[in-house]
Amino acid sequence: MSLDLPLTRNVRADRSPTDLKAYEANGGYRGMKAAIGKLSPADCLQIIKDSNLRGRGGAGFPTGMKWSFVPMDDASPGHKYLICNADEMEPGTFKDRLLLECDPHQLIEGMICAAYTIQADLAYIFIRAEYHKAAELLREAIAACYERGYLGNNILGSDYSLQMQVHSSAGRYICGEETALISSLEGKRANPRAKPPFPQVSGLWGRPTIVNNVETLCNIHHIIERGADWFQGLGLTEDAGTKLYGVSGRVKRPGCWELPIGTPIREIIERHAGGMEDGYRLRGFLPGGGSTDFLTPEHLDLAMDYGTIGKAGSRMGTGTMIILDDKTCPVGFVKNLMEFFARESCGFCTPCRDGLPWSAQVLDDIEGGRGRPEDMDTLARQVEFIGAIGNTHCALAPGAMEPLQSAMKYFREDFERHISGSACPFCDGGAH
Amino acid sequence: MLTGDCMSELIPVVSDGETALSAAEIALIDAEIAHVPYRSAVAIDALKIVQAQRGWVSDESLRAIARHLRMSAAELDGVATFYNLIFRRPVGEQVILLCNSISCWIKGCDTLQAQISERLGIGLGETTADNRYTLLPVTCLGACDKAPVLMVGEELHEDVSAQSLRELLAGSGDDR
Amino acid sequence: MPTITIDGVAYEVEAGRNLLESCLSLGLDLPYFCWHPAMGSIGACRQCAVVQYQNAEDNRGRIVMGCMTPVTDGAIFSLSGDKARHFREAIVESLMLNHPHDCPVCAEGGECHLQDMTVMVGHRDRHYRGRKNTHRNQYLGPLINHEMNRCITCYRCTRYYRDYAGGTDLAAMAAHDHIYFGRHQEGVLQSEFAGNLVEVCPTGVFTDKSLVHDYTRKWDLQSAPSVCTACAVGCNTIPGERYGRLKRVHNRFNAEVNGYFLCDRGRFGAGFVNSDRALEFPGLREADGRYRALDHHDALHRMMDSCAAGKVAGIGSPRASVEANYLLRLLAGTDNFAPGFSDAEQDLVNLALRLQQQSAAVTPDIRTIESADAVLVLGEDVTNTAPRIALALRQSVRNKAYEMAAGLRLETWQDAAIRNLAQQQRSPLFIAAVADTPLDDVATRRLSLAPEGIAALGQAVAAGISGAASATPGSTSGEAVDIVAALARASRPLVIAGTGCGSAAVLQAAAEVANALCSSGRQAMLCLCVPEANSLGQAMLAGPKAPNLGALEERARAGEIDTLVVLENDLYRRGNSAGIDALLAECRNVIVLDGLDNATTSAATLVLPAANFAESEGTLVSLEGRAQRYYPLFQPREERRPSWVWLLACMKELERPDVHSLHHFDDITRACAADIPALAGITAAAPDLHYLNLGVKIPRQPSRYSGRTAMRANISVHEPKQREDEETPLAFTMEGLNRSQPGALLPWVWSPGWNSNQSLHKFQTHAGGPLKGGTAGVRLLHPGAAGGHRISDITAPATAAASAAPDLWQLVPRPRIFGSDELSALSPGLAELVVPGFIELSPADAGRLGVATGDGVDVGDGIATLEVRVNATMTTGCAGYSAGFAGSGNLAPLARVTLQRAANWQRRPQLIGSDRGNGSGSSHV
Ligand SMILES: Cc1cc2nc3c(=O)[nH]c(=O)nc-3n(C[C@H](O)[C@H](O)[C@H](O)COP(=O)(O)O)c2cc1C
Ligand code: SF4
Ligand code: FES
Repeated sequence: MSLDLPLTRNVRADRSPTDLKAYEANGGYRGMKAAIGKLSPADCLQIIKDSNLRGRGGAGFPTGMKWSFVPMDDASPGHKYLICNADEMEPGTFKDRLLLECDPHQLIEGMICAAYTIQADLAYIFIRAEYHKAAELLREAIAACYERGYLGNNILGSDYSLQMQVHSSAGRYICGEETALISSLEGKRANPRAKPPFPQVSGLWGRPTIVNNVETLCNIHHIIERGADWFQGLGLTEDAGTKLYGVSGRVKRPGCWELPIGTPIREIIERHAGGMEDGYRLRGFLPGGGSTDFLTPEHLDLAMDYGTIGKAGSRMGTGTMIILDDKTCPVGFVKNLMEFFARESCGFCTPCRDGLPWSAQVLDDIEGGRGRPEDMDTLARQVEFIGAIGNTHCALAPGAMEPLQSAMKYFREDFERHISGSACPFCDGGAH
Repeated sequence: MLTGDCMSELIPVVSDGETALSAAEIALIDAEIAHVPYRSAVAIDALKIVQAQRGWVSDESLRAIARHLRMSAAELDGVATFYNLIFRRPVGEQVILLCNSISCWIKGCDTLQAQISERLGIGLGETTADNRYTLLPVTCLGACDKAPVLMVGEELHEDVSAQSLRELLAGSGDDR
Repeated sequence: MPTITIDGVAYEVEAGRNLLESCLSLGLDLPYFCWHPAMGSIGACRQCAVVQYQNAEDNRGRIVMGCMTPVTDGAIFSLSGDKARHFREAIVESLMLNHPHDCPVCAEGGECHLQDMTVMVGHRDRHYRGRKNTHRNQYLGPLINHEMNRCITCYRCTRYYRDYAGGTDLAAMAAHDHIYFGRHQEGVLQSEFAGNLVEVCPTGVFTDKSLVHDYTRKWDLQSAPSVCTACAVGCNTIPGERYGRLKRVHNRFNAEVNGYFLCDRGRFGAGFVNSDRALEFPGLREADGRYRALDHHDALHRMMDSCAAGKVAGIGSPRASVEANYLLRLLAGTDNFAPGFSDAEQDLVNLALRLQQQSAAVTPDIRTIESADAVLVLGEDVTNTAPRIALALRQSVRNKAYEMAAGLRLETWQDAAIRNLAQQQRSPLFIAAVADTPLDDVATRRLSLAPEGIAALGQAVAAGISGAASATPGSTSGEAVDIVAALARASRPLVIAGTGCGSAAVLQAAAEVANALCSSGRQAMLCLCVPEANSLGQAMLAGPKAPNLGALEERARAGEIDTLVVLENDLYRRGNSAGIDALLAECRNVIVLDGLDNATTSAATLVLPAANFAESEGTLVSLEGRAQRYYPLFQPREERRPSWVWLLACMKELERPDVHSLHHFDDITRACAADIPALAGITAAAPDLHYLNLGVKIPRQPSRYSGRTAMRANISVHEPKQREDEETPLAFTMEGLNRSQPGALLPWVWSPGWNSNQSLHKFQTHAGGPLKGGTAGVRLLHPGAAGGHRISDITAPATAAASAAPDLWQLVPRPRIFGSDELSALSPGLAELVVPGFIELSPADAGRLGVATGDGVDVGDGIATLEVRVNATMTTGCAGYSAGFAGSGNLAPLARVTLQRAANWQRRPQLIGSDRGNGSGSSHV
């Protein structure tokens, strides 16, 4: 089968990194060369818009549309910035690491094309602290690009110049939220910022700024080189392109694969991940990281794309699924996530800062056999209180409520058994 | 990069018991400052640079950085204490970052933690008596397909089992 | 004006405001925490949630934050729907998870915004069963108490402290529900405006330490509208009393002056009222030099006898009221009345007054200073002389940010967004001073120059603006070019100078810059600072021809004064001690009226205990020429009387015809206004005695004033009748109305459901706007009315410009916020922060003298011996001295003196860091 899988074509089985030479030998930097000096920024923007590329960082916002808010030319003298969000910390998400560690040049080329399109003069890669190896590889790759004239002043002899830097973070999940990331890049506490103004007009140092996910950016030069139609054609459903899908939990072959967007869930779990481990049954799964709603076996035949998963009551998120099996306690599962989000709250707004620890406390009581019937009401109230975008300052807390609210829907009897039996029926803490 | 082996020599002491930044630290921080519109913008980089040299960021180190960045110690402390990987208390020679997020939890990170604790005699946030290890929880390490995982220093260890943990910590704690 | 619908009712609201402000302005109660009218919105607490509907068909709506939502025409909201109400209740319940519920022992209790909001949202039952987080508190200095467990993490403290007031030593630490607001290490909060935290914090994290230790609930405080007497800015205050003790000072909102904020000298500097040095009985000096207590009849007769017998001279006081000074001037006669400044200061204050009266430039009020888009400060260290102006200047430099924000159509209340947009870009602020100033951090540039250099710079700038060739070629001209460019680009340029650096030439130069700006068609502002609460009023009263202390001394030596009456003035702070000794010794009778024991009362033959600002009424004229009235909040104890009462009684005894028709305080005000043209406006400073609010006087006690009947129950169960106030429109009672009266008569703020000072919006025309009854005070200087006399027509008194001999240093005053003002420095909390008197030298000069910080130097020939501080920013050749400090009284500004290492100097023991948690920050200088 000759699937066109542009993002992982340089990914080798042993996950060894691709250097500049190998990258170029395999057609690398052709997208960049097709753009700079050949296409105007407006042309590039149009191609990205036409391609229907949607952000791979979790929210799925159309990339071309996001970029179109950046003031261009006379409207914006002075600096503009492009930031690659390589802060990957969403629980259960392990896709960007693959791209960063296996093919750093792909990201750099995508960033050069993106920066050219919005006419940014400085690009940052904001990478989480623990990705030491990836940061090292990126630094090396960037140095190689400077040497080769792909970065720096007058790229390819054009009048376009771009500097690129790697910023290694100091921890905290909230740094992945794009405005918190900007605060952090400015050397401050990573509190998110209210929108408007959007970063596209007032971002890093108050200047127009675009933040995109690693995977999003890795697509750009492919699209520019091969066209919007090609990209559209990659997807199986109305969404365009390929997507990195992952599965973790009790499956036979947990992993991450590039597949056409819209690949059915069943195919991902059963074919690519090898199905459930022996002795485990599938009870449910979070389709795209820790802040998405549970789906259940009845959803297995849905296509993994933004629209379909959305209609099923969840979100495609990062596209990396977390499997809940029948021997793992759903309450413990949600409690683990809730404790994560409570700990990672930036502490700026009340519902998140105080509401998440409270929810975690209630879940801990239920899991520990100290639950009371009225706790279910408390949790339901918390879901309503915290769960809607707009109730909180940023999307962390509403995201945190998604697994809880859907667990209360699909696994309600498990909660009730904990409470009525004053113990966790899955025994010691649920995980084994 | 300098190593922390001869830290005391690298860190000159200024008056009032305050420490100063070493020339190497200053060089690294100044290189960062060259890229930003104002000095305090490199606060996080500077904290990381100094931590890489000294293992952690003491009050004295923090004030030395603040002086160099011409910002107040309070403001820098506000930044330092926000981020979980800036250590404002001493840590052991190696920091064990144990992922306790969801996929690793499903695959038994609690058991792993218990094994580490038993072996090293420390709980989360604690440092072994011989100062070799500090154990900290960490957010999902982006290796969920290889759960459970942990990092020791800068090294990621995947699919950690009781067996591989024993090898990893060989020579430490209760080594029977 | 957009029309919005709230709960089905259509309202017209003002464009450009957010929904929360608009609701409050409409009188609708919408709870909030993190929003502050002076600081705008950040959307952190999520308390002000309302439901917004897309359109008439939308019946679900979505939660939005009132403070973050602009009011747009046709918008539909619900405040009272279940969804919004439940959300707001959940917010309070969440904030309460870790709150200790220690209201009974909390100094905020009873005026706590958190209590109010809790009641307002109806939260009652606690569902949380977990443990509470607890924090360790920090020692933050003698003024402010820290109790972190009460924190609800609204971020108001750091937003105020850091973003608004420029303080750097308080920050948010840690993350998630561990957030902690504190210092890097324990120690004194360094901002001169830290005290506002007490009012900014919506709960009891930051409280007034003196109140904590001498506690009274807000509803048990008797209070009155007052005016801060600690400097010339004239901030409006609400001091509160119980059992004859001043318990605390709160801000009294005045849209044109202090707005919501005071400085720490003002807030914590009134503690002298409770001093055990307060005089309670008249004292007559006996032959043995000891004082015998008299009753007030006796004292009056003594005074009358002295005044009847011979030639009388009077020395007034720039810290006493216009009325008391006016009576003394009547008593002594115009020619025998000295206003009570030091001789140098008298010239400077007269000059400052004249320059402003004759300038085409506007004399800005404090709020208008915030609107300046380019500022030049010549010689004045406003943080230390007129502190509230420094806070206003910190806002003025943000105009650049507001300009940028307008470009993105951001409303001014979008605080975080605007700060993120502008980052560290600021409007121009140039400061020329003899050394560093606390505003340097926001200044475009600060130049260290000697006073002549500052004046020359000003002249060069003025010349540059006028287009004339630089008058003084030399080193400053390069700097002048930048300043000229910045001022010329501005649409609201401001020039600030003052008496603080002791130089008439600097005042003159500042006025010329402002005038040049006006001539070039700009609406320039000129702000000239003077030192004391009534300095300007005193200059207006006494006039330019009044004798000074030196003149009186000569007359005394010539035997021309038999009786000298000194009004609320410690003369030893005003002149050389030998001269003052001579003056007092040459007069047979020295009658001193004052509130506290001091060097001058100790030299008096008769001392009359004078009521202080908290026990009396009076008018003061602030540096912007605003006449303002203060009122007694409690009865003076024992034989203390307001000075005007002593003086009027004495003149009545003397059967002086000029006081024949004067009976009440108001009569004096009126007589003074009729007599002194410059003060003609003072009768309008506040309503007179007959003002009634809907038929009743205004109560000094809030309606909940409790326990009054119990206070004397151990003596008698019958409650004594409350004293009638025969002089003011206020009453010593809790009955009456406190609503919509003029701002000058606002004794406290409270409104049903709003026990905290946040109730203020109920008294404002709109949330954050001026008071409903009108702004307190009346301007006596008419901004820009002079229409542009050429300033150079006024000749400044020549400063004694002795040729700069190499072994002479020029003394330059370096006033300090804590210590330079006489009375505030005696207040217990502040007294701890007053440093010993000092001489500041440049490193080069210190090297020449062979001294280091902590050593002593002898100034001149035995004039003073002071501690050295080496200051790298000090202009070489200048010696900055602790103006107004004990031990600095003999130093005259701009005098050229010798300096010498002091021989037998004992260095002070050094405070070791661990003595108080943090050695780095135990003083404010
Ligand atoms: C709490 C939180 C954490 C986030 N973490 C990440 C992250 O680690 N990586 C990422 O790419 N996007 C993350 N996002 C999404 C970003 O805010 C942003 O939408 C994204 O980087 C935009 O890129 P895209 O348009 O290419 O998807 C996070 C969002 C939230 C609310
Ligand atoms: S929801 Fe609020 S507290 Fe939570 S991370 Fe976002 S801004 Fe911070
Ligand atoms: S007052 Fe609106 S969110 Fe705090």
